[in-house]
Amino acid sequence: MLTQHQFGLGLRKPHYADFLDTEEKVAVDFVEVISENFMVDGGRPLDVLRRVRERHPVALHGVSMSVGSADGVDQDYLRRLRGLVDAIEPVFVSDHLSWSRIEGFSSHDLLPLPYTSEALDTVATNVLRAQDVLGRTMLIENPSSYIAFPGEMAEWEFLGALCSRTGCELLLDVNNVFVSASNHGFDALSYLAGIPANRVRQIHLAGHSQGQELLIDTHDQAVPAAVWTLYAAAIGRLGPVATMIERDDAIPPLSDLLDELDIARSIAVGGRRRAA
Amino acid sequence: MSLLAFQRDFRTWLGSEADDAAARIGAAAKPGLSVYLNNYRGQLIDCLRESFGVVRAWIGDDAFDGAAAVHIEQRPPHSWTLDAYALDFPQTLERIYPDDPEIGELACIERDLGMIFVGSDTDPLDQAQFADVDWEEAILSFVPTLRFLPVSTNAAAIWSSLTADERPPAAAGLNKPATLALWRDGFAPTFRTLDEGEYDALNRLRRGATFGALCAELVDIAGETEGATLAGGMLARWLADGMIARIGSGS
Repeated sequence: MLTQHQFGLGLRKPHYADFLDTEEKVAVDFVEVISENFMVDGGRPLDVLRRVRERHPVALHGVSMSVGSADGVDQDYLRRLRGLVDAIEPVFVSDHLSWSRIEGFSSHDLLPLPYTSEALDTVATNVLRAQDVLGRTMLIENPSSYIAFPGEMAEWEFLGALCSRTGCELLLDVNNVFVSASNHGFDALSYLAGIPANRVRQIHLAGHSQGQELLIDTHDQAVPAAVWTLYAAAIGRLGPVATMIERDDAIPPLSDLLDELDIARSIAVGGRRRAA
Repeated sequence: MSLLAFQRDFRTWLGSEADDAAARIGAAAKPGLSVYLNNYRGQLIDCLRESFGVVRAWIGDDAFDGAAAVHIEQRPPHSWTLDAYALDFPQTLERIYPDDPEIGELACIERDLGMIFVGSDTDPLDQAQFADVDWEEAILSFVPTLRFLPVSTNAAAIWSSLTADERPPAAAGLNKPATLALWRDGFAPTFRTLDEGEYDALNRLRRGATFGALCAELVDIAGETEGATLAGGMLARWLADGMIARIGSGS
């Protein structure tokens, strides 16, 4: 289990050689991969993951569990994920507070949920089922969202209730908090104050883009200053948490991402000093 | 509105941009719904572009994106894995281009190579065991990724030229239909065209015939010397190609 002050990167194809073909290990405490890319029978992707696992702790981050589906989680999906979990022994297994699948349709996107008691019942049932099949606690990530509903709870209240009912923990995506706060006009600091701090095990940092009317969670640029500021506030409240940078498009050389990770390190050290 | 009704409306919006579904989701939801719609379509188009790069190079970006748009409209994704979304695209291309059968066949080659890329692994064949093999009773097991694809055009030659950045030949029908064998040699997906005799031989062996039975049949057809040479030649090539996973005994 990762404990404190750990810093990692999302492992993406352009950086496979950096992680595998050098004698010196990349200076990260863990890497995170997209689970679905490795939920396959065999071939080069799984070989890469096994070899990376020999060098680094690995976190599995999913995008297709669909814990918000009204018709339940896909059993084949859970079975496949369990196989990967058993093979890789990841430090974290996470997915999003969202839904993507309903009645045989799969959107392959992280679609929003209304934060109602009915949705909470559904998500809690699905997370409990997933944790049962996986044999471990999951981390649930707050999504970026582009539609706000007149729900019964704020997102942070929903996440708190979900943690209480399922024992799940949280992956706090600071960029997603920033994007959703901007899109829906809530106070990002209130969000940070509202989540159950003792349940946050991991933090994601990423960049976003300005769309026509809304901020879009694109992961295609460096972490912007406003997100670093919010990260500092998060670390000040949460204390040390395993932190990593996600980059999925316009992927720069690994050295650029390691430089960004150094910024996270310096902020985290400053946050710890402030907290002390 | 129940969660299920809400999710059905969302699915309807993504599939057809229905205004009534959008209105039920929320009076002010339209800008956000447009973002989700863009993400949904963009994700699927990116999947098809990535899976069918050779087809795209062959028919051009505009024609490819047009075919992808038809596919997205007619075939909503159903699996948790995006890889599955590529599987039906060859059929869509066959319907759109009935007079250009090489397009559908190119797509089948790309689809099958993609499936093979992440197919089951097998341990490397231990050639040290060959000394003890009773070839008369030998049962050949092929790598689990081995599959066959019938073709009627020169799609294989087009594929090879385009992936080698060479000028591809003009599309043409074959003198008679052929079969491609596709498999993974180590981590590298590969394929080649089989002649009728080799395809029959592979099928017989995959159904459990011993290598001795295959030799006997070839001797019956081609005579003692020629039949044995044919069988030995095929075996040597399958071994060199990495097609054989294991050699067991039928006795």
